[in-house]
Amino acid sequence: MSPLALLPELLILAGAVAGLVTGLFVARDRQRVVAWTNGVALAGAAAATTMNPETMAFDGYVVDRVTNVTRLTVALATILVICLAAGRARGDTRESELYTLVALAALGTITMAGAGDLLVLVAAYLLASIPAYALAGFAKDAPGTEAALKYYLMGAFLGVLMLAGVTIAYGSSGATAYPETRAPAVAAVLLLAGLLFKAGGVPAHFWVPDVAEGASRPVAAFVTTVPKIGALAALYRLASGVFDEPALLAVVAAATMTLGNLAAFHQDNVRRLLAYSTVSQAGYLLVPVAVAGRTDLAEPALLFYLAAYAITNLGAFAVVATAGTDTLADYAGLARRSPWTAFALVVCLLGLVGTPPTAVFAGKLLMFAAAWDGGYAWLAVLAAANTVASVFYYLRWIRPVFAQEGGAGESRTGAVALMAAAGSLVLGIAAGVVLLIA
Amino acid sequence: MLSIVIFLPLAAAALLALPRLGARAATWIWIAATAADLALVVAMWAGYGGGTAYETRLRWIPSVGAGYHVGVDGLSLPLIAMTSLLFLLCAVYSLRETHRPRAYAALFLFLQTVCLGVFAALDLLLFFVFFDLAIVGMYFVIVGWGHGDRARSGLKFFLYTFLGSLALLLGFIGLYLAAEPHTFDMADLIANPPPAGAPVLLAVGVGLAVKTPVVPVHTWLPPAHTDAPAAGSAILAGVLLKLGTYGLARIAVPMLPGQWRAYAWVVIVIGVLSVLYGALVALAQENLKRLIAYTSVNHMGYIVLALGAAGLSGGRAARELAVSGAVTQMVSHGLITGALFLISGVLWDRAGSYQIGKYGGIAGKAPVLSGLTAMAAFASLGLPGFSGFIAEFQIFTGVIGAGAAVAGAVSLTGILITAALLLRMLHRAFLGEPGELTGRVGDLRPHESAAIAPLLALSLVIGIAPRWLLDLIEPAAQAVVTLAGR
Repeated sequence: MSPLALLPELLILAGAVAGLVTGLFVARDRQRVVAWTNGVALAGAAAATTMNPETMAFDGYVVDRVTNVTRLTVALATILVICLAAGRARGDTRESELYTLVALAALGTITMAGAGDLLVLVAAYLLASIPAYALAGFAKDAPGTEAALKYYLMGAFLGVLMLAGVTIAYGSSGATAYPETRAPAVAAVLLLAGLLFKAGGVPAHFWVPDVAEGASRPVAAFVTTVPKIGALAALYRLASGVFDEPALLAVVAAATMTLGNLAAFHQDNVRRLLAYSTVSQAGYLLVPVAVAGRTDLAEPALLFYLAAYAITNLGAFAVVATAGTDTLADYAGLARRSPWTAFALVVCLLGLVGTPPTAVFAGKLLMFAAAWDGGYAWLAVLAAANTVASVFYYLRWIRPVFAQEGGAGESRTGAVALMAAAGSLVLGIAAGVVLLIA
Repeated sequence: MLSIVIFLPLAAAALLALPRLGARAATWIWIAATAADLALVVAMWAGYGGGTAYETRLRWIPSVGAGYHVGVDGLSLPLIAMTSLLFLLCAVYSLRETHRPRAYAALFLFLQTVCLGVFAALDLLLFFVFFDLAIVGMYFVIVGWGHGDRARSGLKFFLYTFLGSLALLLGFIGLYLAAEPHTFDMADLIANPPPAGAPVLLAVGVGLAVKTPVVPVHTWLPPAHTDAPAAGSAILAGVLLKLGTYGLARIAVPMLPGQWRAYAWVVIVIGVLSVLYGALVALAQENLKRLIAYTSVNHMGYIVLALGAAGLSGGRAARELAVSGAVTQMVSHGLITGALFLISGVLWDRAGSYQIGKYGGIAGKAPVLSGLTAMAAFASLGLPGFSGFIAEFQIFTGVIGAGAAVAGAVSLTGILITAALLLRMLHRAFLGEPGELTGRVGDLRPHESAAIAPLLALSLVIGIAPRWLLDLIEPAAQAVVTLAGR
């Protein structure tokens, strides 16, 4: 085993620690340097992943395609979040802690994806969760505190259930490393509890809208996007080896996409709307997990959809952060105020629908094909029906953007939103190249 | 060259994003780009030598066997030409558009690219990409420049046709998974039709039927047409509806020949229902645009009927005639209905109403407008001398000859009803005593005449001397019948 194989993780960790220490000694108005430290460390992690995509497995940790894609996606998504946060946190009393917590949560997410042992998974779960609880209540205001409390109580409760699942799996198979572990059905359900919480899947999704609404906008973007990546990668790993419950996962996927969509229908707060939309997206993402091991398309479908979803969802939240308002009605006339922001919003929302040529389209296509090929054609049909239903609430948001009324206000253009929108288009058009490499 | 034809309008749309471009300049760029595009298509037609021509095949997503594969043949070239012409004339018609003309022009140029892309695509995934984007483009045309309850109509249009397009996508995935090796390439799928089951035909069929539209999935069409701007309606009826029937002829028939033959009667029954129901409901309309919208349902029904007949076991020559008639009807309907919708746009522009009962005696005040409307109405009802007659004559002869005599005979009554309702419309709105809004109707302005007259002139040319068009269509129709008979 070579420690170089863990270079991306080590870089992020070093960046977080260095950032924290630097933050202690740097004047308050120059704390931006911590953002740079963490950003460079994350960029280094992404670069190390692309330079050295070797695959190997050692005790408790697996470096393979799933881990590498997760590393890359999480690192790039977290850089976008830090860019988004840096513009707003300037001069805050705890600015450096914000970046450090984000980087540590990202590290936990990557570790979840790479975990090859149930105990490593639990540790990674905690590393991904605890910084996120702190982030949710970071602003110390009433909505943030409520969100953090809800998030924490739910995470702690479901984490304990997951730990019980680990115990049962260990008791029944005498091992916690994935290749030797076979979890019985009850342990599978308990393990799902914790991972569905991180993924924001039904029935562990109740924290999603409250955190998305109560936390600051960059944090909302982070917690609804990044932890999902690691949780779904971990679920995929469990579903292809540790337990074999395709029917259960298919039902969870169906419930998640449907309930998320239904709840999003009449939201007038765009952050809650996006929060429920991320729940429904988690449902689509669970489809390839359900057919894991049954078709060759499951893995590319999951990984590509995860990357596509991350960039598109971040773009939508970045628009909200740029526009600076959460009320749907305030988006009236956005196209005349800030045409580029409106363009980014339309690309991201239609992207979440899965309109070609955005990245999520290619992801959805692979997901439909994987479901059909894996023997779950009904799930593909249900996902298609849900996609149509989701158009309704995305259009509720898009239409006022082009309305005549409400044109007044200042023009704001968000670089992060535009970058994410462009990234979604490029990733969609270059899907072939990406799939070949990955 | 074909790729230039497809993406030239999009490049022009990008040009329109330049800052400090005046409204007039934007419209002229629009007209110039569409005219250049039409010129290229004419050159392509002149250089076309049969088979699949102007092919480009690049790898796009090789891991799922999807590529950028475009080309034209006798099936798609007439539709590409009709599309380019209709977009050029819509640009001319919109010369005096005052409401955000730059965005309007950019949106139409975008729509032109995606419509041409659908007709040229030889890859299922590429076809779907363009097919889906056409919905997005048209949605923004309706909600941005429409009138009346446009938000609701636009939403209904989007949801309904998006449902269809996802059904289509599922069907494509079914075709992809049934093919060995897995591929989305149309040429490969046509060469080796995959052994896909009836659910695949159902998914593809539903997807295309919503777009066509046929009864009973047509209910998005009348509100979308009524509330869209005139040029948008012309494109919606003239081009977007053809995406559905073109898909049937290009994908459903050649790739699922066994299933198509097995369910040919279902298709024929749906076609006859659309013919009769569309005609009867159109008869009851008071709103001019809704009336034209329902005649579209009727006219598209003939195409579905003819394509259904291609799956029967009757005489081969008859089946070829039916398919040839279907393609001719696609071109003809695009020209004539485009003209009718532009005419209704003129009435809205002058008097702000589509209610036939509020007009009357327009002929006295606006002779050119009335003359062109009469011509369009006669062309639409299938009078000999116009393209509609050539198309419908072929369809009926083919359908009856192929063995569906009853369906053909029943559908003939559709022509009768259409004739009655169009004459009634002419009689009430254009002849007789002046109505309450007639005073506001002036005659056509030059740019309006320049947009409407060429459509009808071309319909007349096809009606009198159709050989140049049929020479192109007939080999393609023979190919479709051969593929359906495998």
